[in-house]
Amino acid sequence: MATIEIDRVCKSYGAVQALNEVSLSVEPGEIYGLIGPDGAGKTTLFRILVTLLVPDRGSARIEGYDVVRDYRTIRSRIGYMPGRFSLYQDLTVAENLDFFATMFGTSVAENYENIREIYAQIEPFRDRRAGKLSGGMKQKLALCCALVHRPTVLFLDEPTTGVDAVSRKDFWNMLYRIRDAGVTMLVSTPYMDEASLCDRISLIQKGRIIETGTPAGIVAKYPHRLFGVSGMPAYPLLKYLRQCPGVLRCFSFGSEHHVAVDPARTSTEHLQATLEQAGFRQVVVREISASIEDCFMELAKEDQ
Amino acid sequence: MNEAKDVIVVHELTKKFGNFTAVDHISFQVRQGEIFGFLGANGAGKTTAMKILCGLSLPTSGGGTVNGFDLCREQEKIKRNIGYMSQKFSLYADLKVWENIRLFGGIYGLSSKAIREKSEAMLRYLDMTDLRNELVGDLPLGWKQKLAFSIALIHEPAIVFLDEPTGGVDPETRRLFWELIYETAERGTTIFVTTHYMDEAEYCDRVSIMVDGVIADLDTPAALKERHQAADMDAVFRKLAYQAKRE
Repeated sequence: MATIEIDRVCKSYGAVQALNEVSLSVEPGEIYGLIGPDGAGKTTLFRILVTLLVPDRGSARIEGYDVVRDYRTIRSRIGYMPGRFSLYQDLTVAENLDFFATMFGTSVAENYENIREIYAQIEPFRDRRAGKLSGGMKQKLALCCALVHRPTVLFLDEPTTGVDAVSRKDFWNMLYRIRDAGVTMLVSTPYMDEASLCDRISLIQKGRIIETGTPAGIVAKYPHRLFGVSGMPAYPLLKYLRQCPGVLRCFSFGSEHHVAVDPARTSTEHLQATLEQAGFRQVVVREISASIEDCFMELAKEDQ
Repeated sequence: MNEAKDVIVVHELTKKFGNFTAVDHISFQVRQGEIFGFLGANGAGKTTAMKILCGLSLPTSGGGTVNGFDLCREQEKIKRNIGYMSQKFSLYADLKVWENIRLFGGIYGLSSKAIREKSEAMLRYLDMTDLRNELVGDLPLGWKQKLAFSIALIHEPAIVFLDEPTGGVDPETRRLFWELIYETAERGTTIFVTTHYMDEAEYCDRVSIMVDGVIADLDTPAALKERHQAADMDAVFRKLAYQAKRE
């Protein structure tokens, strides 16, 4: 049995359709990523799964329990870390943790082993008010509060948004250790580079799932040949590439431009020569494989 | 050598809160028309430094100039000469597109005639003429951000500060937004930008990386990658930010 089973869920707010026939299933012990920009419907789906919102149509089950009918059972079994920091700012670190443990009918002492590793990092600040913590420490406290009652399924809505690249890596390492302890996780993120850190992912845009699979599987389905092109000056190069014959589309990816091409009309050698002839300096054209971000942009286009 | 003038000059800039030194004797210059990336881990002191540069906060010691105006004595002049946009706050959702333009034009002291002309040109440039009567809250995020950026430039400031302008935006819109940044920089406006997307650090002319209140390194992306023997800016950032001691 899948741990999370979502079947054709729809949800509208007035005229805005936030979720349109969303289906996916998460297997036990997976870290499953829901990847998409702001406004894609990620938070709405989370709220339905954690029983805070009722779907208009379709159904969802967590460990076999229905999110509408069995909401009480589900609430005691899951942990939820909402996107917006939602602990009590005027309670201390220790008081917040005690509060959440008590709400779930347990105590911090009883479950200390479950949170020990993460809590150890914030324990020196146990008497500090939550509102006075740094961003990284707030995030760790929120994670402790979501884990204190030993949930078997954990919902993390954009836990790394606005977090710097280093703290994001640390946070993911924490998630792996939680997974190793047997917890299934659904995690959402707008950062495409975090897709490869998940076991499986769904790409979501405008309330619809546009692709589901393993990160490697999705990348393997990218339909075009792709060249990585660098050269100076970078922005004029981008504009020039867009009107070269055989170039389907072209976007910047850090120090390189990713150029989807029609192989019948151009090649790396040919493009290299064209760009050098046009006066660009330090031109390098190489064949590359697609990233999740390339795939997202391609699928988002097809979907429109 | 074509010497562009420095529009931001900062010398030994320091800000203390009690016994905590948020910004610790930082010095740097930004040239006119440059895209300057201002990176750092959470809590490294970026926001504090940026508030001083925008004339919203006074340094504890040290100082400098923004567009020639003194950071300590000419804060009001600085505010009139810069644009500011952040992802967290940009426009009023319950005002229409044209009303937002009118409001910010008025705040920056433009005449009604100037605002009218600017509005037309702006909406044409953004291909948003048909959307002038829409509520900003009803616009897709990408349109909202392009509009917010253009409005931050309505008074033709010498420098525009962009505080995580692309957070949460879809991949294509994020890239189109950067193309707008390039075009603005080409016209001579200086861009001072923070971001958590390390690929965007590569688009900057120069990048500074703050760690624990000091500038750990500052150079072109190519030079930073070579110096730290890193394949990309993500690796450079991680090497430097892992040295951080304070939480």
